[in-house]
Amino acid sequence: MKKTLSTTALAAIVALGAGSAALAEIRIGASISATGPAAFLGDPEAKTLELLVEELNAAGGIDGENLRLVMYDDGGDPNRARTFATRLIEDDEVVAIIGGTTTGTTMSILAVAEDAEVPFISLAGAIEIIDPVRPYTFKTPHTDRMACQKIFEDIQARGFTRVGMISGTDGFGASMQAQCKQVIGDYGIELVADETYNPTDADMTAQLTKIRNTAGIEAIVNPGFGQGPSIVTRNYKQLAIDLPFYQSHGVASDGFIELAGADAAEGIRLPGTALLVANLLAEDDPQKPVVDAYKTAYESHTNSSVGTFGGYAHDAFLILTEALGRADATDPASIRDEIEATEGLAGTTGIYTFTPEDHLGLDLSAFRMLEIRDGAWTLVD
Amino acid sequence: MSELLQFLFSGVTVGAVYALVALGFTIIYNASDVVNFAQGEFVMLGGMITWAAHAAGLPLPLAALSAIVITSAIGVAMNKLAIEPARGAPVVSLIIITIGASIFIQGAAQIVFDKQIHSFPAFSGDAPLRVGGATILPQSLWVLGGAVVVFVGLWVFFTRTLLGRAVLATSNNRLAAQLVGINTNFVMTLSFALSAGIGALAGALATPITLTAYNVGIGFALKGFAGAMLGGMGNPKGALVGGFLIGLIEALTAGYLSSTYKDAAAFVVILLVLFFMPQGLFGRKSTDRV
Repeated sequence: MKKTLSTTALAAIVALGAGSAALAEIRIGASISATGPAAFLGDPEAKTLELLVEELNAAGGIDGENLRLVMYDDGGDPNRARTFATRLIEDDEVVAIIGGTTTGTTMSILAVAEDAEVPFISLAGAIEIIDPVRPYTFKTPHTDRMACQKIFEDIQARGFTRVGMISGTDGFGASMQAQCKQVIGDYGIELVADETYNPTDADMTAQLTKIRNTAGIEAIVNPGFGQGPSIVTRNYKQLAIDLPFYQSHGVASDGFIELAGADAAEGIRLPGTALLVANLLAEDDPQKPVVDAYKTAYESHTNSSVGTFGGYAHDAFLILTEALGRADATDPASIRDEIEATEGLAGTTGIYTFTPEDHLGLDLSAFRMLEIRDGAWTLVD
Repeated sequence: MSELLQFLFSGVTVGAVYALVALGFTIIYNASDVVNFAQGEFVMLGGMITWAAHAAGLPLPLAALSAIVITSAIGVAMNKLAIEPARGAPVVSLIIITIGASIFIQGAAQIVFDKQIHSFPAFSGDAPLRVGGATILPQSLWVLGGAVVVFVGLWVFFTRTLLGRAVLATSNNRLAAQLVGINTNFVMTLSFALSAGIGALAGALATPITLTAYNVGIGFALKGFAGAMLGGMGNPKGALVGGFLIGLIEALTAGYLSSTYKDAAAFVVILLVLFFMPQGLFGRKSTDRV
């Protein structure tokens, strides 16, 4: 069955080769969670992809061929993501797929793409996506583990050793909580309080009071995204807790400062990408041109501020189109090889260098430790 | 001591939101025995419309008022377009229709508004009030006050006014109510308008604390429904007590036991109460007429 499926898919791809040459367009596919519980992430990703395709085609496409994006909204449902991935490969005959807003949808698309041997660039965080390395799967976001490492590195540098965590029970929060607990020991830090909240909870003062009253606690970390971290931050201020407070990259957007209130968010640190501090980057920073260009385009196009997650889609698109430019754009295997050969490519998230052993291509330097001062992001050095 | 007080404040803040949502369930339930699962969407609409109106430049009180009026109109439309045409259908079918309406409203909201999380300023500032070493936000008192006012209003409505009694009569026996001259169609329309209005009020009051987005309705509906069931469906006193109880159990479990078990603790209490008192704490005893 599997064999038949992949043969069919292969036949479809071969057919596409002939078809797309005649039409002079390159088709890429996307399955994004533009609605549903992950709409928060998927919506800017979808807008980013639409915007970039438009820009690219207006500038003459890839080697004179127009790029066509076939995008589906999987609503955050892994089953639908699987159906759409199959449809993208078999019916729409795309040469590569971007997508998988969440780890759940990514895992379904991954299985289909690997079977059909179509390159796939995921926009989700979990380390499981690229570890172990699968030949056709890549991803652009940092892993949760890297965010934990960056935070603990900073806590260690400030000389703290006793840390409390308050985590969301949503997929993002739970995954990051688990990853943080795995690496916390490497930094000589002890986890002295470990509390959780539901993403829909309205008040976390009970958990925060309990954490604050833990003996000897020196800093607090809040892995989570959505409205939870904003409410935790407001409660933090309400209780007038004066311990150093760390948020995760999950809330790295201007929207977070707005929701939590500049006053409450004052002094919060979090690992973020260059995108958030575009105006603070040094003129010679290799990421500056790409960050500036994306920020200007996105903000004038959508009238909303850029966020880390739209940036992931931007980078996936950039990596893919760069590879398409170098590869035989009708042959998925050649595209895959060129993606893997990506080296020193500056995206909004970091500088990507893929190798056969590393399909994430980022290291800790891609994260910048940011601090909120007077309602704006500043760089911590 | 200040620790206990903080847990209680946390519980009261959350409980007031649950109670306000639970109160919204009572009117439609009393008029038709239908549990309206779109109640959470009314809360969401209350928050989202207030946000949108405020962002468009309306002063906050006017924005909240417009949210209540518009949401009431949506409630009436839902009754006219979805519930009334299925009048003869059994209660279970009507409940399923409200679930459909809820999905529809949520879908429409994400197109009309957007998919981001929003908030607007608290009514009387963000400076927390300090009481005995613990703190509570002024907005929590607004929600608390809203819950009490709605409760008193509903209690007076159902026990002291002819219209309120007409609502109860309609629920008891629609045909008999019609025979004694009650316009049951009007009662249904009214109950949807009132329920939606109360939901929107809850949304407008709670949003500065809970924040709002197109998809927050389900969460509100579930917790509010649990509160209403615990207290006794249809009884305003039950909704109030049930909502606060759940909020307090959650906060105290999170504070003294572990936040991991806070939802479980609330649901264990609900299960126990419903096991020994199937009508909830203040529910009507159901008697079968033979």
